[in-house]
Amino acid sequence: MLNIQDLHAKIGNKEILKGLNLSVNAGEVHAIMGPNGSGKSTLANVLAGRNGYDVTKGTVEYEGKNLLKLLPEERAWAGLFLAFQYPVEIPGVNNVYLLKAAVNAVRKYRGETELDAVEFLGLIKEKMKVVKMKEDLLNRSVNEGFSGGEKKRNEIFQMSVLEPKLAILDETDSGLDIDALKIVSKGVNSLRNEKRSVILVTHYQRLLDYIKPDHVHVLSDGKIIKSGGPEVALELEEKGYDWIKEEAA
Amino acid sequence: MSPETMSDNIQNYVNDFNQLKIDDWLDESRHSALKLFKESGFPNSKLENWKYTDVRPIKKKSFSNVPGLTTSVGTEEINAVRFNGLDCIEVVFINGLFSKEHSTLVALEKGLVVENMLDALAKDKDLLAKHLTKYADDKVSPFTALNTAFIQNGTFINVVPNTVIEKPINILYLSKESNSALATHPRNLIVMGENSEATVIESYIGLDDANYFTNAVTEVALSPSAILKHYKIQQESLNAYHIGNLNIRQDKDSKLESHSISLGGALVRNDIHGQLAAEGAEIIMNGLYMTGDKQHVDNHTRVDHLKPRTLSTENYRGVLNGKSRAVFNGKVIVHKGAQKIEAHQNNANLLLSDDAEIDTKPELEIYADDVKCAHGATVGQLDQNMLFYLRSRAIDEETARSLLTYAFADELISNISFAPIRNRLEHLVIGQLPDTALIREFTNE
Repeated sequence: MLNIQDLHAKIGNKEILKGLNLSVNAGEVHAIMGPNGSGKSTLANVLAGRNGYDVTKGTVEYEGKNLLKLLPEERAWAGLFLAFQYPVEIPGVNNVYLLKAAVNAVRKYRGETELDAVEFLGLIKEKMKVVKMKEDLLNRSVNEGFSGGEKKRNEIFQMSVLEPKLAILDETDSGLDIDALKIVSKGVNSLRNEKRSVILVTHYQRLLDYIKPDHVHVLSDGKIIKSGGPEVALELEEKGYDWIKEEAA
Repeated sequence: MSPETMSDNIQNYVNDFNQLKIDDWLDESRHSALKLFKESGFPNSKLENWKYTDVRPIKKKSFSNVPGLTTSVGTEEINAVRFNGLDCIEVVFINGLFSKEHSTLVALEKGLVVENMLDALAKDKDLLAKHLTKYADDKVSPFTALNTAFIQNGTFINVVPNTVIEKPINILYLSKESNSALATHPRNLIVMGENSEATVIESYIGLDDANYFTNAVTEVALSPSAILKHYKIQQESLNAYHIGNLNIRQDKDSKLESHSISLGGALVRNDIHGQLAAEGAEIIMNGLYMTGDKQHVDNHTRVDHLKPRTLSTENYRGVLNGKSRAVFNGKVIVHKGAQKIEAHQNNANLLLSDDAEIDTKPELEIYADDVKCAHGATVGQLDQNMLFYLRSRAIDEETARSLLTYAFADELISNISFAPIRNRLEHLVIGQLPDTALIREFTNE
């Protein structure tokens, strides 16, 4: 589904990704772990198409297409979803209208008929329960006045409604208490199936207690320095990042 | 008269004035106003008040000041610009001339007078003599003097004390191409009795892309505890010039809400002058200007806090595109002895193109020591983080830009409590934005 080869990316003059390789198959959950500044969020943003990142070398292939050539909205139409580390507040833009417009933009791209208001409400009703999304939040402006946990839950709620093929969760666990973490994890787990892939970007092993990854990668200084199964995360938890850096050196 | 002023077409205005042949009690005021205008000529940019707005396009053009002319306007054309389904009292003017046929001035609510100015001058002399020309100062702006010289068409509204008028009064000034370029000088007077309440909408609308000049003046007198909600919607043709002057004098505990929406016009100047002349008077001024192409829109406001415990709140927002230019100048004067007043002012601007330009200037003059005043001005562009967030949610870039622009403008409009007007204005704002298939997902349409 996703194939990243020798990816190099800069912000301004600073090189952040320095030859990253990653291959994700349909149905897999990959965790990417690493210390602060290792390039985790840069990877997530480059994949989603945020401005300000300069890809200097390497390729990213998504479902046979050159992902890097697509606009952010084209990536979303093609089934890519980024759950933001810091979801943006947008005063004056209604949360539920945005979600309906997003769903219909994707459906239009796929050549499906667009949903009317009734059909759309039917679709989101079930999804709201999974992440315990409060109805009054739905009718507010996007993320405006939401608590940190509510923002993250809104991201997962949007994800569950949009049903992406590839979901990238950028530090979705940061700033969440244990109850919120469980709800968010439940939302992610409910979406897991043999066709959908997930990339979990996280600093802590804690999230992986609730969302079991198939593969764990350790990112350090812009490269993946170790890959393995869930045991890698446990080892990291026990020994810290220094150990793995030394081992890789 | 110098040759220079002659070339400004001033003689043209004088000639048309001489043809008016109105002989009534106001004629002395008209003549002295014309004299003032002849002496001062059009304002130039050396004057501080006109520093950023060059009115040469107006003064160079030879306009006819005889309203009406040859144009006919059909009911369908008028229906297209009416408020959909709004139950209101309507006063319609076409090319400056009152249209009895299209107006709905029969069977008005008890305690309400709505008349064409010419009729009112004949019928309500005592009341008009007390208020007309008393709040708009011919000496302050040559355009006001010019308007006073030509007082004949316009709207007179009087609400008697202790009366609440439920239906909004919608005044439509419609302009359409005629056989010569037209200057019209609508003059409105709104007199609100003690403890009365009303809603008035002034709409200035170009029905095609004609080149004309609207020079409007509105005077408002609020008696104690009167409440007026005043909306001005400026949708002149993009080839038209619009100079509008709103002057308000407020008595004790009265409240004025002014909403000024400026969308059309090639060259536009809106002036609002509020005088808070007794304790407890409150003025709220909201404004939205959206400009594109080479439009020039200037909003000048001035509030005089003449007495203690008066309150002013001002919020103006601008959205500028193309090579357009906008000016905001908000003056607040706290006079000596006007203690415990509150004045809040804010002007926020969104620049959508590199070639658009805004000059924003808040001015505070305070001659009292126990006051609460705050003002601020911002100029910015669309937020990149918001744009990316929307695009990552499958919203195409053009829709995302329109949506954020709409959200910026709507922060003003969404506060309007009266739904039919709010919806109409939201509809107009959406109409100013690039039309995309997706944008309608975000509106009630």
